[in-house]
Amino acid sequence: MNPIGSGLALAFVLAGTAAFLALMLPAGWRARLVGPLTGASGLGGAFAGGSAMSGADWQLALPQVLPLAGVELAADVLAGWFLLLIGVVTAVIGLYTIGYAGRDGGGPASRPAMSLLPVFCGSMLLVPIAASVSTFLLAWELMAVASLLLVLTRHRQHESVRTAGIWYAAMTQAGFVTVLIGLWWLAATVGTNSFDGLRSAEPAKHATGIFLLCLIGFASKAGAVPLHPWLPKAHAEAPSHVSALMSAAMVKLGIYGLLRVGFDLLGGGPRWWWLVVAGLGVLSALYGIVQAMVANDLKRLLAFSTCENVGLILLGIGFAGMLVQSGQPAAASVAVAAALLHTANHAGFKTLLFCGAGSVLHATGTRDLDRLGGLSRRMPATTALVTFGALAAAALPPGNGFLSEWVLVQALLHQAPGSGTVLTMAAPIGVAVIALTAGIGVATFVKAVGTGFLARPRSAAAAQAHESPPTMLAAMAVAAALCAALALMPAVLAPALGRLTEALGIGAAPINTSLTALRLSGVTGAIRPLWIALGLVAAIVVVGTAVRLAGARRRRAIAWGCGDGPLTARMEYTATSYAEPLQRVFDDVLAPERDVDVTHAEESAYHLEAVTYRQRIPDRLENRLYRPVIELAHRVGLRARDLASGSIHRYLGYMLAALVIVLVAGVAR
Amino acid sequence: MTAWIVAIGQMLLLAMLAPVVVGVTKAVRARLEGRAGGRLGQPWRDLRKLLRKQPISPADSGGFFLAAPLVLMGTSLVIAAIAPYFTATSLLGGADLLVVVGLLLLGTAALALAGLDTGTAFGGMGSSREMTIAALVEPTLLLAVFALSAPVGSTELGAIVAAGATDPAAVFTPASLLAAAALGIATLAETSRIPVDNPSTHLELTMVHEAMILEYAGRDLALVEWASALRLTILLGLLANLFAPWGVATNDGLMWVVLGAAVFAGKVLFLAAALATAEVFAAKLRLFRVPELLAGSFALALLAVLASYVLA
Repeated sequence: MNPIGSGLALAFVLAGTAAFLALMLPAGWRARLVGPLTGASGLGGAFAGGSAMSGADWQLALPQVLPLAGVELAADVLAGWFLLLIGVVTAVIGLYTIGYAGRDGGGPASRPAMSLLPVFCGSMLLVPIAASVSTFLLAWELMAVASLLLVLTRHRQHESVRTAGIWYAAMTQAGFVTVLIGLWWLAATVGTNSFDGLRSAEPAKHATGIFLLCLIGFASKAGAVPLHPWLPKAHAEAPSHVSALMSAAMVKLGIYGLLRVGFDLLGGGPRWWWLVVAGLGVLSALYGIVQAMVANDLKRLLAFSTCENVGLILLGIGFAGMLVQSGQPAAASVAVAAALLHTANHAGFKTLLFCGAGSVLHATGTRDLDRLGGLSRRMPATTALVTFGALAAAALPPGNGFLSEWVLVQALLHQAPGSGTVLTMAAPIGVAVIALTAGIGVATFVKAVGTGFLARPRSAAAAQAHESPPTMLAAMAVAAALCAALALMPAVLAPALGRLTEALGIGAAPINTSLTALRLSGVTGAIRPLWIALGLVAAIVVVGTAVRLAGARRRRAIAWGCGDGPLTARMEYTATSYAEPLQRVFDDVLAPERDVDVTHAEESAYHLEAVTYRQRIPDRLENRLYRPVIELAHRVGLRARDLASGSIHRYLGYMLAALVIVLVAGVAR
Repeated sequence: MTAWIVAIGQMLLLAMLAPVVVGVTKAVRARLEGRAGGRLGQPWRDLRKLLRKQPISPADSGGFFLAAPLVLMGTSLVIAAIAPYFTATSLLGGADLLVVVGLLLLGTAALALAGLDTGTAFGGMGSSREMTIAALVEPTLLLAVFALSAPVGSTELGAIVAAGATDPAAVFTPASLLAAAALGIATLAETSRIPVDNPSTHLELTMVHEAMILEYAGRDLALVEWASALRLTILLGLLANLFAPWGVATNDGLMWVVLGAAVFAGKVLFLAAALATAEVFAAKLRLFRVPELLAGSFALALLAVLASYVLA
């Protein structure tokens, strides 16, 4: 049988079994069975994705399943890439859930939470293989509803979870409606529901409107600024394994939608479309990393870092589209290869980091970096794994984030002279944006690891931290191993990337297949990540042993406290103070709110009893763009209450008016 | 095989030369200020003294404190081995300019984490300031890379240096001069020299780089000081070979490589003396004026990129 078909069948059957069993089993057994079954379902999806990426084809039509339209499924190379990504992330999270939802993990183990997890994972696997508009919309909505219910898991304990749930519900439904209108408009214009028919039709008349509507919906799902306010709220308040799934896998489906509709169904478009996409990417990258830099909540920091990485992916896709339209297929395929590599790399390190955040939250009970610290003594394995993930997230060599940024910069550098004013101006701006986000990204992750894990604990909660259960550590180690594999041998994905760029109609294979080097074809550029890593390790080992031989034995001593007695944990730098110089540089963008309350003593106004200082950095785009809309809806709702005044005469009048309008409309036609 | 020998030889020679470069800056500065100053080999004697002393770790520190000097030295040695200093081609298959910038940033990040690991207020302060400056220098560095690599068509250092060595007129374009100015300011920021940071200050509240390494002693401090000197040599060498590449060996003959090494040493020592002279007449900027300086260097780099596109 077709390997893709068998992989997908295994995935969905296992996911369904896991969902069913979660409702039946007692609490002790739920995590131990649902976790492995979800993980195995993810592996099935990953196997199907791998087969699809190596060139196999698969189609399935089930006309009887849904009324009016039926269900059509198909897996091509583009679907295969995202199936592999989602499958692998699901497998890692399945392993993590065994410990996280177990007795010592601290995660939610209730029947709804455990049963919705495989449903969510299965619906994410369903989106890339949907081959008709109705199937796509069905899978999209199923994924949105499942993730919403999972976000709301702990709504009884915290008010902030309810707020996050409302924002997420409203924005994801608004995005869904936008995508629905766009795709149905496309289907109505061309006259067919299936993707095959839409692909082979000639360019639609209203392509611009369709593209913009779909862009809004997909960019909102991907978390692009200014459609992002749901992301830091939902990803911070959801249970950590759900946050990892959403950040690493679900936002990539927004990217998938953009690639499918923009390149595949609409066949590329005028250059200004892709300029808009690149502009969204620039805005997301800059705003995301600046907000991450000043975030004290560990999960909010990671969520805004997702915004930044999605911005870089959109920048790559935007430039790919612009380069295709200016007739430079080689550079365009390198740009889209950079974007796709970054989706895979980001999935790897973001899974690792969110799993680490879950361990920290469970061990200490707090996500506030200002109150953490000193975890490297009590949770050494978690600290080491989170540092590895932070190295990759900060785009430092020899990590995997550095490689996809390298490929993206190469794509921006190698455009032919005379490619038009737009590209000539846009490429340096793109490089400057990538550089600024890389620099601030390093500062952000040094802050996250340094103030969160090092030195002494700054609160009683952090002082009582304990190491996570072994399955949680094993899941993080698997994610770290995948990041390392992507960092050292990225060229194994080269054949799949070549088939992808050809399938999207962009150009020839961008990367040469090689075991140790990442060599671009079509443009000059090569890098040897394995050699760099080995060279670094060798240099460190040689230097370490050489100086060991030279000198005396090491001794521990108390750090100098300027003579006033031993240092306390209050004298350490907290996350807020660490980010303060950079925050001052970006004061006009962030506009922090500061409150100083001075309480004078009763006896005399010259003596102070207490001074309270409060600082909050709000999400300025949310306040400027979304609060007015919410206020307006609130006012309209309050005025609309007058319509239902309770008077029966008024209600009879409404019915008479409605009847008259319908009769007039019927007669006038 | 010869490539390996030349690479390791280059790495060792640069490591030997680095303390002499620091010695030259200190000696020139002392003479200009009317002092006698130490001899040129004084940093070598300091390193020898430190290597013999007992290293001390603060009670609350962990693995990051111990690893940072090794990572700092390791990244500097890797760059010294692969970058084109003596020859015009990058040894061992490619020193991409982005990789060099990234490795330098890796060393800075490791030291910043070590500063936080000590648990002292000064360590955190130095770490925070250093990361602020490093974050704001990145755009300048990458845009300067862009300006230099656009005419050549590659970010590989060897290609850029070879293009300059074989065609001297290419070095004197407006784009190249603007990029030189931008990279000069960025080098001052990366190596913690005046006007961004004062490497010989004793006041902790004015320190940036020194505050992170206050708790290091013995062989740890020796490695950190040596790595700082090596980073200064690496960056001055990059400036010399990118903007004045004459004298670099363009073929594999041993005589030419030795001549290239001698010319390289001369260029770097000249640049070190020039740097020390400029430092005598400049004062350190307030920390919150440094972003303005870095924004100015970013503007220069952006102008360099536009010049390389418009005038090329």
